[in-house]
Amino acid sequence: MSAATGGPAAGTPAAETLGARDRRPDPVQLRCAVLANEPAGAYRRLVLDAGEAARRALPGQFAALAVGEPPTAMLLRRAVSIHATTPGDRRFDGADTLEIVVAPHGPGTEWVTRRRAGDVLDVVAPLGRPFPAPEVGAPTVLVGGGYGSAPLVWLARDLRDAGHRVDVVLGAASRDKLFGLEEAAAVVGPDLVHVTTDDGSAGLRGRVTDALASLARDGVVVYACGPMAMLRAVHEVATAAGGTSWLAVEESMACGIGVCMTCVLPVRGEDGVTRMTRSCVEGPTFDGDRVRWDAISIGPGGATSAVPADCLGAPVASGKGH
Amino acid sequence: MTTTATGTSGPAGTTGTAVGFDPRTAIGALELRNPVLTASGCAAAGRELGRLYDVAALGAVVTKSILRDARSGRPTPRMAETPSGMLNSIGLQGPGIDAFLAHDLPWLRDHGATAVVSIAGTDAAEFAELAGRLVDEPGVGAVEVNISCPNVANRGLVFACDAGSSAEVVSGVVDVVGGRVPVLAKLSPDVTDIVAIARACLDHGADGLAMVNTTLGMVVDTDTMRPVLAGVTGGLSGPAIRPIAVRCVWQVHAAMRRGDLRTAPGVGIGGILTGLDALQFVLAGASAVQVGTSTFHDPSAPLRVGTELAQALADRGFASVADAVGPAHTVLAREGAR
Repeated sequence: MSAATGGPAAGTPAAETLGARDRRPDPVQLRCAVLANEPAGAYRRLVLDAGEAARRALPGQFAALAVGEPPTAMLLRRAVSIHATTPGDRRFDGADTLEIVVAPHGPGTEWVTRRRAGDVLDVVAPLGRPFPAPEVGAPTVLVGGGYGSAPLVWLARDLRDAGHRVDVVLGAASRDKLFGLEEAAAVVGPDLVHVTTDDGSAGLRGRVTDALASLARDGVVVYACGPMAMLRAVHEVATAAGGTSWLAVEESMACGIGVCMTCVLPVRGEDGVTRMTRSCVEGPTFDGDRVRWDAISIGPGGATSAVPADCLGAPVASGKGH
Repeated sequence: MTTTATGTSGPAGTTGTAVGFDPRTAIGALELRNPVLTASGCAAAGRELGRLYDVAALGAVVTKSILRDARSGRPTPRMAETPSGMLNSIGLQGPGIDAFLAHDLPWLRDHGATAVVSIAGTDAAEFAELAGRLVDEPGVGAVEVNISCPNVANRGLVFACDAGSSAEVVSGVVDVVGGRVPVLAKLSPDVTDIVAIARACLDHGADGLAMVNTTLGMVVDTDTMRPVLAGVTGGLSGPAIRPIAVRCVWQVHAAMRRGDLRTAPGVGIGGILTGLDALQFVLAGASAVQVGTSTFHDPSAPLRVGTELAQALADRGFASVADAVGPAHTVLAREGAR
């Protein structure tokens, strides 16, 4: 796989940011000043002065943040999807800004949400493969669960500018855990934003797939970010309707740059062979048809992956196996 | 200074510029431009770090362990963060030696990196076969024999926990290599007497010792009430194990100074995050160090530690790495004589 040399898909207005599958700009490691940290429902939205990282990033890519005051006892980077980039951001004296949305899940992400303007974060970005462009003219539906919707407004804008119909489905457990409602409405229009909540505190009571089922039709391209259970359900609905799905997974990662081999899941390659595949460099966006759902279990602690028997290099199940 | 993570912009880390200090070192016949290498399993085969900086500036890239055949590795979860460290249970995932020779070694060679190729196998014959495939390949600077990976289904296969098994693997590799490149044996801290294992490796021809691999650990999830790792146990790494690793280097180097062990270069590995961390290993007896888990925290760490170590050695009046190997022992001997 040749790294970072693939050019953008030519011929569509979206080619500026929505690229071919292999378009993957090299990351940079930077110390980024925090320019703003503001509440966004149950989450925090941080604006970073991110220079080259902001100029290179594409929708669907992520950033890996070091957490804790150095020397920190929390060694592993936290991967967060990139919400937006604004080269020459007028709100911040023309800085090249990169925005992230962080949910305080544990001590590391809590530390990030407590950063103030002027604090510095050690950031490696942009990482991972961006969302690929759909076929010219294909209808699209963007599905976000909770703050998983963070990268979708950016994607929606690019898809709209490329002439696609864009519906956005935002779902969460409750109203305060929705993210991006106003921004999405501003991009695609309020009529094309569909909200679901588990408790009915906003929009339709139910799951994102309930809304998706009425929108998905033959040829639809569905883009989704959120927990694995949601991604699987989205994939099933999209497939049943005759569409395709591009899913951004949330695997836990130690490094985010492709060297630790912890963030793998079983995925079929273009050659039809299943490999334990790094979600940081081959993902985080995957074609839902390629993911080996038969080997993925979703339990209370999150999703786990078994090694399918036909995976490349799978242990041989003989008496003398190792 | 030593805790500065990166520069203010662009790829962080530059090569050492400590005035009057010669950063070169050697592991047997392998000459290194500086004493800081990556650690096996923490830098893949260099390509990913190469997207962030020039890997030719590193002392060497130590590859993830190469096996004869492709291996899927273990199910997930494979990782758990622990205080100042992490557990991993990867299970030697890799594409096998054919793919390594076809894709990864040429990349390292083309980018001017010094490559130390780590090899692993399920028996001594596989290690010897791998060494034979590698030894005449251009660009292979040394072979590191991973006899200490804890993530094997059968703990009896941790060769480095047994002197006889270590000797068998090392002698098979040494015979095949025939002195054409240095052979390093990577030891486990999970032994009663690391000097005995070091002796088995050196007596059977190893040119140097890499100390240490991860130590076996475990975390239980108190919500699910189950082990966190799919593989149940995993290798603990990071600053949490640094004192253990320094102790291992110390014990082996002390045995060499006593004449109980043939003198050979040691490579210190275990939780090195800064130049001063690396300096501990050098003072305890290491001629070079490897930066492993810290690379996950700070991809520039292997470069940065090189700069910081050079400065720290220069600040203490050392003209070269060789001059600084082991003085912690000399101080102790002097005080003991009083």
